Amino acid sequence: MRSVWLPIKDIASKVQAGELKAADLVEQSLKLIEEKSEYKAIVATTETEARKRAKQIDEAIARGDDAGRLAGVPFIAKDNFLVFGADTTAASNILKGFSAPYQATAINRLEAEGAICVAKANLDAFAHGTSTENSDFFTTLNPQDKTRVPGGSSGGSAASVVLELAPFALGTDTGGSIRQPASFSGCIGYKPSYGLVSRSGVVAMASSTDVIGPLASTVDDAALVLDVMAGPDELDSTTIARQDDYTELNQSLKGKKIGVIKEYMGEGLSLEVKHVIESSIDKLKQAGAEISEVSIPSTDMALAVYYILCPAEVSSNLARYDGQRYAYTAKDAKNLDQSYLLSRGQGFGKEAKRRIMIGTYVLSSGYYDAYYRKAQTVRTKLINEFEAALKDVDFLIGPVAPTTAFKIGANVDNPLQMYLCDIMTVTSNMVGNPSISIPAGKAEGGLPVGLQIMAARRQDKELLAVAKASEEAFA
Amino acid sequence: MKRSLLQLVLTMANLTRDDVLKLAQLARLDLSDAEIEEYIKELSDILHYVEKLDQMDVTGLKPTNQVSDLTNVTRFDEVKSYGYEPLDLLKNVPEVEDNQIKVKRMIG
Repeated sequence: MRSVWLPIKDIASKVQAGELKAADLVEQSLKLIEEKSEYKAIVATTETEARKRAKQIDEAIARGDDAGRLAGVPFIAKDNFLVFGADTTAASNILKGFSAPYQATAINRLEAEGAICVAKANLDAFAHGTSTENSDFFTTLNPQDKTRVPGGSSGGSAASVVLELAPFALGTDTGGSIRQPASFSGCIGYKPSYGLVSRSGVVAMASSTDVIGPLASTVDDAALVLDVMAGPDELDSTTIARQDDYTELNQSLKGKKIGVIKEYMGEGLSLEVKHVIESSIDKLKQAGAEISEVSIPSTDMALAVYYILCPAEVSSNLARYDGQRYAYTAKDAKNLDQSYLLSRGQGFGKEAKRRIMIGTYVLSSGYYDAYYRKAQTVRTKLINEFEAALKDVDFLIGPVAPTTAFKIGANVDNPLQMYLCDIMTVTSNMVGNPSISIPAGKAEGGLPVGLQIMAARRQDKELLAVAKASEEAFA
Repeated sequence: MKRSLLQLVLTMANLTRDDVLKLAQLARLDLSDAEIEEYIKELSDILHYVEKLDQMDVTGLKPTNQVSDLTNVTRFDEVKSYGYEPLDLLKNVPEVEDNQIKVKRMIG
């Protein structure tokens, strides 16, 4: 599958050994971004900053310094990460021209190990969507079929990895935004346990479920990137303790108890996805996994819970866009209240406004108990069911999404239909457990299908190990 | 049969034009007429969908606010320098005067 880049670990060791130059790798990445610009995966490059950093890294190595575990490795960040060298827009008009005053912790940690951010990837504006069609700028094309969406919201990141514009990309996952585009475009998408990676310097969407994670070509690459980013950060008080090493993943599937979530395989699942998932389950069985069926009875409630909690938190997080401190300001306002109304009304796109309105509704006095509190309570039920299922098995599996990548424009007139794309991914965001999408095979027409594997909260290392063994079983 | 309070509230989810205008005012969003018309239908559809939670029996369960398992994360209340100048941090502000953010008059 991979034809341009070596495994990340090998790139870094060759750069450190002087066999590859960071400067050449950055140029190679920038050239590919230019050549494949028709896919519209990229919002902007950070080329000046990237070239400067590459030069520093090459000079440091020439002096005999250790340039780090990701020495000279180019990467692409979703445009909701604060990064120096280009605007941070979250693909929204309201943040156009916003220049990061500081960088995200995740970016700083990657840079400290020698990685180089070369570009910012497209997304649904503020990460609200499942196709990149909600980007205020343009829609990214699926790298396998230009008439289809790449998935979303991290669609630009997924397309970048599949097009090999850089060895890896960063995404964010609030309801499936790393895993679903990984499934639609055909790469690895890793959503860590809630709190494992600092969110300082990332544009907030729904704070009780937002996580940061890598999109990459292999599980090993994703694990190495996670290993560099993971762990407590004083700038994000929700960060949790990490496990010792996410890169030592030697494990076989033999005797691993894996439960297929039966509700994910039933009504609503397209036949072509079902066939690929069933055949991938057979391969896991052949590799020695003990497969059984498990149930999460409230699965069909998960999306309703999500589409109350998410807009509620979105409406709160987007309240900071008041036109006074940063972002778009309406010029013609006569007083402060009008300045709020016009700056927000003119600045936000349609989906952001839709979510703010829903969030405002479910949080308003008189409706709070019926919607928000009820959703939080059903969230508890989902967590309990998830934990009960994991008493009998070590891992849970199922599809990532009910369909393969859909045609551009197919769902734009029906926001509710668009929301249904998240139906199999939101539960892990509600529970806070780690979850990965790995390429499981192709449906008719060559469109990729991802298999979702989930583990209990804070068992990221165990999940990555079983994902790597599964990747080998599918090879 | 007596209907629960929850059901009574939820049947109000067919939003009217006035409801949408009220929400837009609460959320400080100036909307066009076309947007208002669109949102009346779309928001009602979404609210109808999430009403399915009404069927769930959650007796004895507590709401989940967050899933980090952390409680009371504290730090020392001290000023730390991260190496940024005030003007670096104010560079995106529309109007600055004496290192302060200038806004429109609030009172009177």
